[in-house]
Amino acid sequence: MKLGLVIDLDVCVGCHACTVSCKQWNTSGATGPLTDLKPYDEDPQGVWFNRIRHFEVGDSPNSKTVNMPMSCMHCEQADCVDVCPTGASYKRVEDGIVLIDQDKCMGCNYCSWACPYGARELDRDTGTMKKCTLCIDRIYDENLEEIDRQPSCVITCPSNARHFGDFDDPESNVSTLVRQRGGHQLMPELGYSPTNHYLPPRIMKPMPTAEAKPGSLISSVKKWVNQSVSR
Amino acid sequence: MQPAFSVIAFTVCSGAGFGLYMLLAMAHVLGFLPILSRGEILFGIVLAMVLVIVGLLSSTLHLANPKNAWRAFFRFRTSWLSREGVFAVLFFPFAGLYLLGVYFADMKTGDIGFFSKLMGLFGVMLAFATLFSQGMIYGCLKTIKQWNTPLTPTNYILLAFMTGALLLNVVLAFSGQAVGVMGGITVGLIVTAGISKAIYYYWIRTPSGSSINTATGFLRGNVRLLDVGHTAATFLTDEFGYKTAKGQLNLFKAVVFVCGFFIPFLLTAFSVIGASAAVFSALLAFVIAMVGITAERWLFFAEANHVVNLYHGAQRT
Repeated sequence: MKLGLVIDLDVCVGCHACTVSCKQWNTSGATGPLTDLKPYDEDPQGVWFNRIRHFEVGDSPNSKTVNMPMSCMHCEQADCVDVCPTGASYKRVEDGIVLIDQDKCMGCNYCSWACPYGARELDRDTGTMKKCTLCIDRIYDENLEEIDRQPSCVITCPSNARHFGDFDDPESNVSTLVRQRGGHQLMPELGYSPTNHYLPPRIMKPMPTAEAKPGSLISSVKKWVNQSVSR
Repeated sequence: MQPAFSVIAFTVCSGAGFGLYMLLAMAHVLGFLPILSRGEILFGIVLAMVLVIVGLLSSTLHLANPKNAWRAFFRFRTSWLSREGVFAVLFFPFAGLYLLGVYFADMKTGDIGFFSKLMGLFGVMLAFATLFSQGMIYGCLKTIKQWNTPLTPTNYILLAFMTGALLLNVVLAFSGQAVGVMGGITVGLIVTAGISKAIYYYWIRTPSGSSINTATGFLRGNVRLLDVGHTAATFLTDEFGYKTAKGQLNLFKAVVFVCGFFIPFLLTAFSVIGASAAVFSALLAFVIAMVGITAERWLFFAEANHVVNLYHGAQRT
């Protein structure tokens, strides 16, 4: 099995629900807690497994806002695992999930240097590195309903932009989506072969926009009066 | 990349220590400096070992969870950091046996016997392997273009030899000897290391193949970061988002070349031709070179641009 996520950049609205639900689930999960330092201060800092960056693609007026959620890509060529001197970082043979043994990590930061996607963050409180577990404590939990055996972020997403599945199975939901929608990897040139794929936004016809009509003399005067009065 | 003082101190100190040991042991065992006395060799080796130990201790300061540091020796097969640790620790028994050999040397002939010589040379090989691994820790990272080059381990090794040679000159000068052959070797090492570092600085001026386009997958058109998605700094922006003024980088580069290479070159050349007081110029050359090489190590980190910065507003790395 090669478990991973497909993220649909066409429908992601950038609401950060996945990041918050990830934090909520995982802070009491397998590699929790996701410590927050100075949470009510001016510069709060904490561990997140999932972060969303917002980009503008193209030049205005033909530009588009793209929200890009990023978590561990569970790379096939996971350099973060190779560089780890203690053996705390490992990639599971059975499902390809990359994990960190919190009891072995010495907090040298070397794995975070090797990760191009910023998936690994040091917990300055425990002194250990932490990262997305693909919710191993959810996806294999037989006490949950089958539909709930998915990562927390996937279940939470209100716009259904996140999909979880097995990339080794060519007929799985994720493989089909990547095939049909032309899913791509991030920074493939580095050769990490990340498992997670991103579906590009669909190409839509430009939406016609009406020019604003110039107002009559009376409406201009009214507008001016209104503005003056409100001050 | 955030320059970590403990790592800078570690690489500079242990580099000088390993460099001194390698040159001293080779000079003694292979006999290209026949004038070395027993006291000088003992002092030099102990000094080298102290520098390496100080460096190694300093390196553990940057660990967030040092109680697990002992586990760092167990991934020799894949991790250069692990290899560096193993080689550095293995160095000590061999260097120690060589030290004992020198201590119990034949008083009349000064011969230390085949076994001690062999141990000394094994120590040289391990010191070299440690320095190579130290460079490869950085050289193997595909995420940082400025490090991902064979020039990285080359520079680590050359600078270790160079600072070690300058330190050996200090040892020789204190025992009242002319630097002689060693002065010539030092000048050669300074020139080689300086040229290699200059090539490196030219090489890192070209950006890497990764850009904000490959990072987001939108290969056509301009891509701009609108919002990083967090209001305060994160581990990632602290660790990789280190920014300095361009003027400061140029100033440090000037320090590297003037203090690291040019002044030590002049001082060593003067003492070779006998134009300056040996102890003073040798000591000054070493101290100034260490300042320059510390600046070099600081720049090595400050100029490293990790690709994750593409997600925090950089257009290219």
